Amino acid sequence: MNETNHPNGADPATAETDAYVQIRGLHTVLNGKVIFDGIDLDIPRGKITAIMGPSGTGKTTLLRHITGQLDADAGAIRVDGRNVPDLSRNQLFDLRERIGYLFQNSALLTDFSVFENVAFPLRQHLRLPEEIVRNIVLTRLQAVGLRGAAELMPAELSGGMARRVALARAIIRDPGLMIYDEPFVGLDPIALNQVLKLIRTLNDTLGITSILVAHEFAAVRRAADHVYLIAGGKVAAQGHPDELAERDSPWTRQFFGGEADGPVPFQYPARDYAVDLGFPAGVA
Amino acid sequence: MNNARRPSMIGDALAQVGAAGLFLFAILAAIPKSLRHFRETLRQIWFVGAMSLVIIMTCGLFVGMVLSLQLYYTLAKFGGTAALGTVVALSLFRELGPVVTALLFAGRAGTSMTAEIGLMRATDQLSAMEMMAVDPLSYVVAPRFIAGIVAMPLLACIFNALGILGAHLVGVSWLGLDNGTFWGNMTANVDVWTDLVNGVWKSTAFGAVIALIATFQGYTTPPTSEGVAYATTRTVVSSSIVVLALDFVMTAFLM
Amino acid sequence: MTQPRRSFQVGTGLFILLGFAALAYLATQTTSVANHTQGDSYALKAKFSNIGQLKQRAPVKLAGVRIGSVQSIMLDQQSLSAVVTIGIDKQYQEIPDDSAAAIFTSGLLGDQYVGIQPGGSPVMFKDGDEVILTQSSMQLEDLIGKFLVSGDSSKAPPKADADGPGTAPPAKP
Ligand SMILES: Nc1ncnc2c1ncn2[C@@H]1O[C@H](COP(=O)(O)OP(=O)(O)O)[C@@H](O)[C@H]1O
Ligand SMILES: [Mg+2]
Repeated sequence: MNETNHPNGADPATAETDAYVQIRGLHTVLNGKVIFDGIDLDIPRGKITAIMGPSGTGKTTLLRHITGQLDADAGAIRVDGRNVPDLSRNQLFDLRERIGYLFQNSALLTDFSVFENVAFPLRQHLRLPEEIVRNIVLTRLQAVGLRGAAELMPAELSGGMARRVALARAIIRDPGLMIYDEPFVGLDPIALNQVLKLIRTLNDTLGITSILVAHEFAAVRRAADHVYLIAGGKVAAQGHPDELAERDSPWTRQFFGGEADGPVPFQYPARDYAVDLGFPAGVA
Repeated sequence: MNNARRPSMIGDALAQVGAAGLFLFAILAAIPKSLRHFRETLRQIWFVGAMSLVIIMTCGLFVGMVLSLQLYYTLAKFGGTAALGTVVALSLFRELGPVVTALLFAGRAGTSMTAEIGLMRATDQLSAMEMMAVDPLSYVVAPRFIAGIVAMPLLACIFNALGILGAHLVGVSWLGLDNGTFWGNMTANVDVWTDLVNGVWKSTAFGAVIALIATFQGYTTPPTSEGVAYATTRTVVSSSIVVLALDFVMTAFLM
Repeated sequence: MTQPRRSFQVGTGLFILLGFAALAYLATQTTSVANHTQGDSYALKAKFSNIGQLKQRAPVKLAGVRIGSVQSIMLDQQSLSAVVTIGIDKQYQEIPDDSAAAIFTSGLLGDQYVGIQPGGSPVMFKDGDEVILTQSSMQLEDLIGKFLVSGDSSKAPPKADADGPGTAPPAKP
């Protein structure tokens, strides 16, 4: 854990002025469990920043803090210059209009077709002629390879298809900040490549700032400009993905090399295994 | 469902009432914005109102018929069967129409509201809306609340009309009461304002209360299948109790 | 919110319409509003020595058919009798002006109404006319009293008090 670089350290990408999202001293306790124990983190403008870490470490929780869905116990969360905890409900909605959020579980509206799901943000916020709505929606669906599925209902989609529809919906309004919560889960290699390219393209051509939560290090390495590794409520490591991959530390070896043993326990905190199974301690 | 908190059930109930009250203010605050979703409101009126028509009309007819039968029997003991129309109309308009419709409404429309919103909560659809900068209070909750307030009195009126029809069917066509006596007595003794319209006000209040309870239960349900199931049950139980209690209060002070 | 499904809106409109139709039906057909036939009625006056329990808006019937309602009840200070103004629906124009009016009770304990017994005159009633031949309400107490009296003097059947000159009690219409 000593290996955590200070966020304001040498890396030029984390210079304060450039940060779209800036988190300082974040503390969160959920149900008595410490999720964040003082996290400092910067998401540089116009870059793709990956956040990695074992399941249950609080990556989704972090994203919920950034978008104001969940209040932190302490800490400052500045998004585009505004401190999220201070925002009123209406100001939060204003902020969110410029954020695209891809949910871990897609969260499509089950009563609407694929087309209407993708069109939903447009219909709710803009009064556009039907042809324009249609064109925008179809181009986005084309980008995720699902233009032909426009009339299907969410229940008729596979997990990977639903994820791509949710992605099309998240990017429909050309947001300033895109947040992807595990976008690659459930995608076949072809779709994964497409989505990866799409994330890269959105960033390169539109300059969209992106936060990418993912477990696939190979994919992250191809897309991200900067990686934060979160474990144990702290930033365990950060840096350029290539640099991280080569760095020889127990964290990176375990996390990027897939070793079960290391500083990150594979087991969720539990009682002694033997005791749980009814044996005297230490037998198993 | 939460064993750890059993001992403070009364405290929990009070907390729920308080939370529901705050929720009501949140809904009222969201109503102006929800006017933008007028079509959604219409759709909800369709779902909670028009889709409840069959059960409301059937039950109205049968309640009217059985009321006629029972009251004829009772009135015959006093030689007062001429008053059948009056008594049926008064019981329906003042009491049975609003209350029975409300109980049916809670079971038919309230449960579906709770289950629908609860499932939206459990599948993160509400969060998704929030993230798309669409306030679920004004897009999901407020339209259903308005729909409850609009649909309930209309349903009660339809229930009453069918009830009168059923009573006429049994009293006049079957038991042989004079048609003119049936209507004449009714029209002479039933007042539009104190009897009919007050009943309509009652049912409006019931509609608001049921919609509030149903949306509140759905909105605050734990995001699990068990949570949604309990919330649906609670909607029926609390709605029924609150409707009957409110009925007593409103009858005592309004009618 | 989906654009193509307009059927919702039509259906919802029909539902709301149905609800209001039910309300309108109840209000006009089952409540006292049904007895207000203002505008399209003409008024007749009738004097009774006793109106019993007759109330405003009580029905007026001819041959059992409702043709109007009682509009007002006042006391004539000179004759000390009740003046009942009855409104007859405009559609019933052909009522001979020698018809008689009587107050009846529907059933033993039912409400009271005004019954019209048609006469044979070629001249018809018009707005503001007075019904000369009237018969007051039968008071249950009086009736019982008369039966008791007629028990020992086996004379004619009990004669109801009539205040019109030479009135034959009209048959119950
Ligand atoms: N609403 C909640 N209430 C209590 N604990 C929660 C809640 N949401 C998440 N947690 C806990 O917070 C931790 C982090 O969850 P999450 O952010 O979803 O992890 P991940 O890094 O896999 O996205 C988990 O241990 C989970 O048990
Ligand atoms: Mg997660």
